[in-house]
Order: sequence, then C-alpha cells, then structure tokens
Amino acid sequence: MRKKYLFCFMGFTGLLILLFICNCFTGSSHVTGAEILAVITGQSQNITAMQIFWQIRLPRALCALLLGGALAVSGFLLQSFFHNPIAGPFVLGISSSAKLAVACLMIFCLQNQIYISSGLLIIAAFLGSLLSMGFVLAVSGKVRNMAMLVISGIMIGYICSALTDLLINFANDENIINLHNWSMGTFSGTDWQDIQVIAGILLCLLIPVVFLAKPMYAYQFGEEYAQNMGVNIKLFRMALILISSLLSACVTAFAGPVSFVGIAVPHLVKKLFGTAQPGIILPGTFLGGAVFCLFCDLLARNLFAPTELSISTVTALFGAPVVIWIMLHREKGKNL
Amino acid sequence: MNLNQDQDQNQIKLQAQHVNFGYGKKIILENLSFELHAGEILTLIGANGAGKSTILKTIAKQLRPVAGVIYLNQENLQNIPEKALARELSVFLTQKIDPELMTCEDVVASGRYPYTGRLGILSDRDREKIRESLELVHASEFRHAAFHRISDGQRQRIMLARAVCQEPEVLLLDEPTSFLDLKHKLELLALIQKLTREKQLAVMLSLHELDLAQKISDRILCVSGDSCRIGTPEEIFTDQNIRELYQIRSGSYSVLTGSPELARPEGKPEIFVIGGAGSGIPVYHQLQRKQIPFATGVLHMHDLDYPSANALAMQVITEQDFEPISDLKINQALQIMQTCSSVICTVKQFGSMNAGNQILLKKAIETKRLTEI
Repeated sequence: MRKKYLFCFMGFTGLLILLFICNCFTGSSHVTGAEILAVITGQSQNITAMQIFWQIRLPRALCALLLGGALAVSGFLLQSFFHNPIAGPFVLGISSSAKLAVACLMIFCLQNQIYISSGLLIIAAFLGSLLSMGFVLAVSGKVRNMAMLVISGIMIGYICSALTDLLINFANDENIINLHNWSMGTFSGTDWQDIQVIAGILLCLLIPVVFLAKPMYAYQFGEEYAQNMGVNIKLFRMALILISSLLSACVTAFAGPVSFVGIAVPHLVKKLFGTAQPGIILPGTFLGGAVFCLFCDLLARNLFAPTELSISTVTALFGAPVVIWIMLHREKGKNL
Repeated sequence: MNLNQDQDQNQIKLQAQHVNFGYGKKIILENLSFELHAGEILTLIGANGAGKSTILKTIAKQLRPVAGVIYLNQENLQNIPEKALARELSVFLTQKIDPELMTCEDVVASGRYPYTGRLGILSDRDREKIRESLELVHASEFRHAAFHRISDGQRQRIMLARAVCQEPEVLLLDEPTSFLDLKHKLELLALIQKLTREKQLAVMLSLHELDLAQKISDRILCVSGDSCRIGTPEEIFTDQNIRELYQIRSGSYSVLTGSPELARPEGKPEIFVIGGAGSGIPVYHQLQRKQIPFATGVLHMHDLDYPSANALAMQVITEQDFEPISDLKINQALQIMQTCSSVICTVKQFGSMNAGNQILLKKAIETKRLTEI
C-alpha cells in the first residue's frame, strides 16, 4: 500500500514539473522555447523573451498551480462536510456568489476611481462565498436529501451568474473587457504581487488543513461516532466551512469562477490512490488540482492561439464527464 | 455460592443520580437513578419511543441531561473533555455507517482515534490493539475486505471490534442486534457477554428481543415514561410487568417461554382440545389463526402447553403439578366439552398422571365429536 502511495505521489510530482515547464515554454507569442531557455540560462539578453518568461508565463503557471491545488482541496473539504461526492465550490454556488461580490466591488471601484487592492478583492469574495454557504447550510439543515442540496446550490449559482452578467451589461467602462474575461475564469494577468498574496494566504490556510485530516477521517463515520471518538464537532465543522470558503474565495478573487476542479480532482485522486484517508488524499488533491489546472491552462492558451479560451471551458470539458462517471458508478445503496 | 458479585464502591463505573432525560427542555424520563458496575451487562428494554436511545445518547454526551448529574468514574460527565471521555466510553450505534473506500481494518483502526497524535499516525501499540480486537470478534480472516462488501453479521462484528479497540471502560450499544438474523444475534450477544467478562467492561445496551434480554442481562432497566424499574431479570420478567411496560392489549407475552402470543379468539368455546406435554401448542396456534374460540384441558400447571393455552384459550382446566388428574377436574372438563361442537385430541400417550384425559377422549369418541384439525 505504502509503495503505491509513494508511486502515485512521485507520478503526480513528475507530471507537475513537466506541465510547469510546458506552460513556461509554450504560448501564443512568437517567442520560441529556445529563446526562453537562453534567457533562463543567462546566455541571451532578449528583453521580450525575458519579460514574457518572468512577467507573464512564470507567474501565470505558478498561479494555476497554487489556485488549482487550493480549489481541489476546497472541493474535498466540502465533500467531507456534506458527505456528498459531488459537492464543490462551483456546484454549491460558492464560486458564483463570490464572483458576484467581486464584480460589484470592481464596478463600484472603477466608477469611483478607487484603486482595488487584492486584499479588498479577497474580502469581497470571501463575504460573497459565505453568503451562499450560509444559504446552502440553511437548506441542508432543512432537507436531508442530498440531491436537493446540490440543486439549491446550482440554482443560487445561476442567480448569482445572472446578476453578474446584468451588472456587466450596465457597467460602462473600457475595463469591462477585463471584467468580462475574469468573470468567465482565467489565470491570465497574474503578477508577482498577486503570487505573493496567494502564496501567503494558502500557507495560512493549508497548515490548519493538515490538522483537519485526522478529524475528517473520524467524520466519515458520521457525526455521532466522530463525537464519541473525541472530535469537537462544532469546532471541526466551523473550521471546515471557513477554510473551504476562504480557499475558494481566494481562487475566485484572482482567477474568477473555475468549474469542476473541486469535484473531479478529489474523486480521481481517491480512485487512483485507492483510499479515502484524508491524510493521503489532502496532499494528493492539492497536487492533482495543480496538475489538472496547469494542464487545462496549457490547453486554454495553446489550443486556439492566439485566441485564449476561458479556463472553465477547458475544466468543464474534462471535469464534467468525471462527474457523470461518479454518478453512474456510485456504490450501491447510497443515495445522492 | 454467592451469585451476586461483590459490588463495592470502586467498581461503580457509571452512576445516574435523579436524572431527567430528554431533548432540550422536553423531558422524556423523569428522576431516574441507576448505576452500572464493571463486568456487568445492564439492558434497557421498553417500547419504541420510550426513551432507550435518549438514555444512551445522554450518557454518550450527545445530549445534555435536562436535570440531575451523571457520573463516570465518580466524575461529572459534563466536566470530562471529549478526548478523555473517548478513552473511557465507546459507543455502538444503530445507524449503519458508510465510510468511503475503507477496509474492515481501517474501520476498526478508527477506534484508536483518541490515542493517536495530531496527525493520526498509528503506533505499534495501536496496531497490536487493532489486531487483537479483530481476533476477539473472529474477523481476522476478512480484515482486508472492503467494509461495504461484507455481510450484515460481519459488519456488526467489525463495529463491535471498533468499539472495543477504543479500550473503553464503559460500552454503550444501541440495539446491536437489529438487522441480524437469529444466528447472528446469538453470535453477537455471546461475543458481548464474553467481552464483558474478560475485559470487565461495564456494558449498557438496548434490546428489542425480550427473550434474549432475559438471558444476557445481569440487570434490566425497564424504560417507560411514568414508571421505570430496575432489577435482575428474575425480578423484572413477570407477565404483568411486561404487559404494562409495552402496554400490550392485544396479545400477551409469556415470561417463562419468552414467546409472545397474539390476542385470543373471543367467544363461546367451539372446540375442546385435549392437550399436554407440548402437543397442544401447534393446534392452539392454528385455532387462533382461524379465530375459533376454544377451551382446553386438563393440563398440569407447568405443562409445556400451559403458557400458550393460558394466553389463547377461553377456558383452561388445570391440575396441580405431579398429581394425577382428579375426578373433579374430569367432570369440569366434561361439562365444558358438552357445550363444544367438536373435540381435538393431541395427546398420543397416556400415563398414570394424565389417565383422566383418556376418559375425556373416550367420551369424545362415544359422542362422535372427535375430529382432526
């Protein structure tokens, strides 16, 4: 068993490195891979190549890596919380309501010519995500049926998306193009300052997640058993909700709503490792999410270059079939 | 021989003092006091919704007592932190669990939760305990099987191993025998009994099967809203008690045989059954199913037929144990037989004690009223 885990981890890390390099060396601009390599090794002083590598591609790849991992972990936490395999920040409407909050903030700030700091963005996204989280929690307290929970999440997601589109339609600013791109989900336009903020936030959030692995294992047995094993249920649930909301808020603030990573990746990782032990799966999903997003971003940038696809287009293409597959291959006797 | 174990103070593991059990402010059971000793099985019996689960949940600290104090090892339960409580008390719940992608061993390993560090990594001692627990419930062979693929009986055994693996002093089991067939019920209860004695656990369980409760329990707590009673099975299991406890109106329960009977067919007896030595029971049941009122006799007070006859027949003519059937009783029986349209005789053998019944049979043949069912 341990050998298998090690093998999987090594495989993921290998893939991660490979995709990271691919992301840095390819793109829509005319700069070739050889030129980039020359810049890195210091043999060339090509300014364009240097800028493209240092200021565009490297931060963007890092962004995809970090946010992809965060999104997948957020999905895994939500699935544990709701005991529902297709729960995730996008399905439960958390991404969309964060998007709405951020769009409101952006439009307000653009019209009043206020500078938007990334901290402000994250706070708005977090508040937005808590709003729909609260709604979903209220629903889950009322109905035990898991399908209803997902449906109400999807509906609130649609409402938020519709409101965002409405806002974008009525906002009159040239920056709206950016806003529109962002509201579809993209890793483009990340700079080093963003990366610093993202890395800092993720570090703060992922360290407590390491200590959530143990109670998450107990929580798989249901609330009563978990409590009898010594888990402080209230504290645990609170931590789970806050951390997963913050993680997906952080992603939404920087990259817009990114669909299906939160559902598909944890499930694929569980199947691959052949276990659901959170201690193994949590680092596994982070790596998996990073690999998945790097891969999808690679396609989004290169498939129809110079036209760039939104990241959600690509993640949905690969993620949605996984969800269908989950529903068809559920273990017998479980209801959604 | 002294059957009562010496139950001195320090053997008391759990003590409830004037506790009101309930949800929130709603009281279900009022002013209940009891104690539980090491190495003892205390069984909760009572009708559905009487509050058995409420008691167990309150002791497991999932509900707060509405009033009163529960002590675990002389310490107020409410003051014991979760993690410390987990090392002293473990539970076995009714609801089925559905952990994802876990082997039986993984499920049992969860019992070690209170003993592992922050990251939940198992030590050698933990692994040893897991192995031991699996062996105790004879589950070592399928320890690597997926938990959701094993049978219900195996699953309950694994859950028991899980509870034991937690090394508790007090073990609470909420209807551990539900979902099981008779064979597996017996197996599981035998295991619980063995564990209780070997590990000196203090065990509290709720059971629906009165016959099994009577056999496995050291003491029994009858749970019913207005009057809870606690005592040895011998004290608790009287026909009257059980009827009150479950408020049985249609039907009855025989403590001696541990079997329930449906309501008797009412009316003037149409058939007279000459029974004895257990031969009458199937006929009584057939008549009950057909809803034909009947009388039966002459039975000795502790004849195997008597409990069923007493529950189902309109009239039972009885004789003192170990006495030959007297003329008085024969005449009584003959009188009732006169009023019945037919007679069924289930007795094949007559001896000196039931010679009187042979007279009844002769009479039935003479009057051409003997029939087969």
